[in-house]
Amino acid sequence: MRTCLVVDDSRVVRKVASRIVEALNFEPIEAADGLEALSVCRAAMPDAVLVDWTMPVMDGVEFVRLLRLEPGGTAPVVVFCTAETEPERIAQALDAGADEYIMKPFDGDIIASKFSEAGLI
Amino acid sequence: MTREDLDLLADIARERAGLNLTGAAASFAESRLATVARREGAPSVAALVDRLRAGREPALIAQVVEALADGDTAFFRDRALFERLRTEVIPALAERRPGGSIRIWSAGCSTGQEAYSLAMLAAEMGPLAGRATVSVVASDLNERALQKAKSGLYSHFEVQRGLPIRTLLAHFEKADDHWRISPALRQSVRWGRVNLMDDLSRFGPFDIILCRNVLGALHAAAAQQVLGGLESALCPDGWLVTGAAETVTAPAAFTGQDGLLQRNAAYERDAA
Repeated sequence: MRTCLVVDDSRVVRKVASRIVEALNFEPIEAADGLEALSVCRAAMPDAVLVDWTMPVMDGVEFVRLLRLEPGGTAPVVVFCTAETEPERIAQALDAGADEYIMKPFDGDIIASKFSEAGLI
Repeated sequence: MTREDLDLLADIARERAGLNLTGAAASFAESRLATVARREGAPSVAALVDRLRAGREPALIAQVVEALADGDTAFFRDRALFERLRTEVIPALAERRPGGSIRIWSAGCSTGQEAYSLAMLAAEMGPLAGRATVSVVASDLNERALQKAKSGLYSHFEVQRGLPIRTLLAHFEKADDHWRISPALRQSVRWGRVNLMDDLSRFGPFDIILCRNVLGALHAAAAQQVLGGLESALCPDGWLVTGAAETVTAPAAFTGQDGLLQRNAAYERDAA
């Protein structure tokens, strides 16, 4: 089964997102910040990453920038999932290496739509 | 809702718009009419239906029919279809219409996502063979849906269904907690209120007509009437697009699959 790393400092958001990606036939893995997510990726690259922007220790943009420099780090499809909705911020996330972008609040339809646009399903 | 109320609504929906208000469609009727009841100051859907039964308010009847005909839509709905339009259908038409215009009609456009998707597709295709251009016309029966379409203003939820993020950034600007399509694209689409049960031969001719997820909501006879009308508004070598999952008995002159049907001019010559 393909894996999806869900990175968010909110346990509730991680649970909700995990349930949604599970329904899309991904095995969810959870991380609470960018640094923890990076160490998960170094152990085994996931197929997809759903990542929040604002988190303690390491934020989503820094995590994605570093992920893309890792061996095999260009492979995962990275989808931001954040409350940041300004066009400049979205462009910044894409520049860091994100493939798609979800503006919170989200639902299962939106994640499915974005995964589909990113070629995951 | 009582059986009698639902029967009355079904009669009105069939007479005014050919709509088939049975099965799943009936379950949507009450929630859609609740919105109309609130707007019209009716204390309940039953009270609203009583006013319809009295038959003295044509404007109210029109509003109810509009609400019942309200369609679900999304940007680039059925991406495979838009890919075929981009790679096959529009380039082929451009070669046959050097210097001319490829006219596309989004028939039953609801809140405009399909029409704007076509406009974005055309903008992103760049110059076509023979300098052909693409023009998009969009129509719906529902005046409120048309007003929203014309505004080009969509919520976070709407722009995240079917619209890749780079396309959103390229063609929309942020407007408070909504997104507004660029003025150039908004002005590039022409909008009109059209009942597809009316005579459609006065429109067109169009090169491509999209009428998706409309025919399936109609009574069989009404669907055939609409199909005939759309055919009369289509170029001899034009394309008709229905919903990929819709069961539609297309006129014999059409060939194709997955809802993308080409009118075959040779067939009609032979038949004549």
